[in-house]
Amino acid sequence: MRDHISNIESESIEIIREAVAASGNPVMLYSIGKDSSVMLHLARKAFWPAPPPFPLLHVDTGWKFREMIEFRDRMAKTSGMKLIVHTNPERVDPFEHGSERYTDQMKTEALKQALDSGKYDVIFGGARRDEEKSRAKERIFSIRAQGHRWDPKAQRPELWNLYNTRIHAGETIRVFPLSNWTEADIWQYIRQENIPIVPLYFAAARPVVKRSGMWIMVDDERIPLNPGEVPELRMVRFRTLGCYPLTAALESGAATLEAIIDETLAARSSERHGRLIDHDGAGSMERKKQEGYF
Amino acid sequence: MPGTLRFITCGSVDDGKSTLIGRLLFESKQIFDDQLTALEKDSMRYGTQGTSVDLALLVDGLQAEREQGITIDVAYRFFATTQRRFVVADTPGHEEYTRNMATGASTADLAVLLVDAKKGLMTQTRRHSRIVAMLGVRHVVLAVNKMDLVGWDEGIFSRIRDEYRLLADELGFATVHAIPVSAIEGSNVMKPGADSPWYDGPALLEYLENIDVTDTRDEISFRMPVQWVNRPDQDFRGYCGRIASGRVRRGDRVRIAPGGLDAHIRSIVVWQGEIEEAVQGDSVTLCLDDEVDVSRGDVIASALDPVELSDQFEAKVICLSGHHLVPGRPYILRMHACQSGVTVTGIKHRIDVNSGAHLAAKTLELNDMGVVNLSTSTPVPFEPYARSRILGSFILIDRMSNETVGAGMIDFALRRASNIHWQGLDVDKAARAGLKYQKPRCLWLTGLSGSGKSTIANLLEKRFFALGRHTYILDGDNVRHGLNRDLGFTEADRVENIRRVAEVARLMVDAGLIVIVSFLSPFRSERDFARSLFAPGEFIEIFVDAPLDECERRDTKGLYAKARRGELKHFTGIDSPYEPPESPEIRLDTLAGSPEDCIGSILDVVGDGRAD
Repeated sequence: MRDHISNIESESIEIIREAVAASGNPVMLYSIGKDSSVMLHLARKAFWPAPPPFPLLHVDTGWKFREMIEFRDRMAKTSGMKLIVHTNPERVDPFEHGSERYTDQMKTEALKQALDSGKYDVIFGGARRDEEKSRAKERIFSIRAQGHRWDPKAQRPELWNLYNTRIHAGETIRVFPLSNWTEADIWQYIRQENIPIVPLYFAAARPVVKRSGMWIMVDDERIPLNPGEVPELRMVRFRTLGCYPLTAALESGAATLEAIIDETLAARSSERHGRLIDHDGAGSMERKKQEGYF
Repeated sequence: MPGTLRFITCGSVDDGKSTLIGRLLFESKQIFDDQLTALEKDSMRYGTQGTSVDLALLVDGLQAEREQGITIDVAYRFFATTQRRFVVADTPGHEEYTRNMATGASTADLAVLLVDAKKGLMTQTRRHSRIVAMLGVRHVVLAVNKMDLVGWDEGIFSRIRDEYRLLADELGFATVHAIPVSAIEGSNVMKPGADSPWYDGPALLEYLENIDVTDTRDEISFRMPVQWVNRPDQDFRGYCGRIASGRVRRGDRVRIAPGGLDAHIRSIVVWQGEIEEAVQGDSVTLCLDDEVDVSRGDVIASALDPVELSDQFEAKVICLSGHHLVPGRPYILRMHACQSGVTVTGIKHRIDVNSGAHLAAKTLELNDMGVVNLSTSTPVPFEPYARSRILGSFILIDRMSNETVGAGMIDFALRRASNIHWQGLDVDKAARAGLKYQKPRCLWLTGLSGSGKSTIANLLEKRFFALGRHTYILDGDNVRHGLNRDLGFTEADRVENIRRVAEVARLMVDAGLIVIVSFLSPFRSERDFARSLFAPGEFIEIFVDAPLDECERRDTKGLYAKARRGELKHFTGIDSPYEPPESPEIRLDTLAGSPEDCIGSILDVVGDGRAD
């Protein structure tokens, strides 16, 4: 009996190879998080002994945790892959302009700019179906119309492991090799394969402030402190990683992979609970996706 | 722990599928607190359960369906108990979304078929049973839902169960089990309920945790479709793929299809190392000891039991697109890692989903299932679907829109490719053309009715005749008096009309003639098919371009007037589309120049037809 992790690993490798075979100019979106780390690892496995035949693309909002950026540069070097970093030149500040406009400009718009200038036809992303309701219905090969728009009613049926990869000029395909992975699978695989991840996932004493019931880390001096607000040191870690002003930490003493896995399996709130943009209104993720967000 | 169980839930609209899955997720603690809070909020807004939470909203993902209260796509959900992991595909009951159900069934081991106890078996129940059976699902659970609304009446349950058994026997499932449940109340879902003392079987979840879905039929030998040739440098050449069946060991002798050459496995390469053996389901990279030619789409198979090849198949097909499936029209076939041109050469019959009866059909419409004959442009390695889902399944893609128009399963090959060969002839095309001292060509005139095709064709043939060339005109109207007398003007007949004419033109070019085809030929895919029959440079597409209002003004045959009055159906330009050529060899602007000018433009491109 093949075990569960070998099955999803083999399936993801099959997907990555299929996508590359169909593509003239593929790229892998690399967000530095745990899912990206797993996806990168699978890509390296798929093409070993050759390096993966595509570059990594990081859309840098300018507000990522400093440790993420250090980790990113280290991983690009280890994998022997080209790293492309793009930041929207029209800088928008999450504190000044609000999270909605910030996400729109620094993530969605920036992503479109980077994809357009690179003229990529196949774009790997690390989204999983178990993350969020609108993602449960996402195809593994998701066709995007010109302008990167996602039309949930115009997605192609996906039967067996057969993917229709034919597109017209201007259309692109987003490919999600981790579609069938759960959060628990990701952590078990990281442990099994010894995959490096950003230290922010492990609990440590970090300077935080409490806002709307959530712990926000003071990663640099750009965060405007409210009157009387003083950062305090707490044992915290992150369940998902994004932009530090928009990603809440959770109080935890889990400093090892075993402890993180135990905590994940026992968790009573969903993974994206700490992502502030998911709560910007009903169906907000679905709407962001239609506009081209990953 | 038994392996992951992949199952689908299907049934009619409002049978309670989403509620059942919501219940499974809820009770197996897959719902997080923040999702529950959101659910309570959503229930107030969209819920159909009064003041209690509506579990269906947990799985109805897209906003449109939350508002309409229906499921419009396949959703994949993951949950686990201490006994087993599950992947469940929630598939819609609406007839127009049957294609999504087929999608969910294609990778499922088991189907949970919901029936509303108040309504009994519905058309959809039969349809979905046939679809899951056709897609190779071998195990069925009949969940008779809403038992609370019929007072847990054992008689009602038994009647539905027995009626379903008749259908199940016909479809040949390996196991069928019926369970009375109430998804809303949770009875017999997670654990046996007190409401049905007369039912002594397991609750749904317990049944799913324990069922063995291992395929006990004959194991097939080693086969691996090649997805990617990995050649980072001169020293390494590996073939990447996922093993579709059997096992492979270092040193095994393998045969490559379609090439037919043998080699031995030199190494099985995986991440940072090599292994001795790999089995079905593994993604690996194989290196061979001989420099045989292997490319993407080939299948590496055991040399003791090599894989079959064919270019003619009988297959079951489900039409997935609003653009119906038409015999004679060229499509693209995707099958494992292999791609080929393909034509549906005939529809044997359509299957009535309610009775299983075979009905005559000229085309397959959206959601139709049928049995067809297929002809691929190159021989492809395959297994019948009953033996291998991976090597026996395919999709059909429209060449123009790139839409996935059909999904199919191979029943068997109509003949083996190795038996087909052309009758070798000593006098060939070049010899025949040489005798006439000319270059054989097919000049294909396409354009709206009234654009001037016949006039130009006629003048062109006169010019060639005067030059001493051997020619022939195939004219749309004339051919319909004889060869194509049996065809009408539906899309299917038009496709067949063009196919026959293209084949005749090819034979005439083979005979050394210059053939002028004067045919409306409104569809790009058919013109592309015609082009594919000829050698490069032999086929000249000539677009006789005249705007619709000009053609209508000329109306030499009075046809536009008739069509406008509704006396002519499927008239191109009026109620049937014309797809203009995107890059014809020649475009004639009939507004700008006289017919003589047009002949000049054609001869400028094709020359006078003399052999070089």
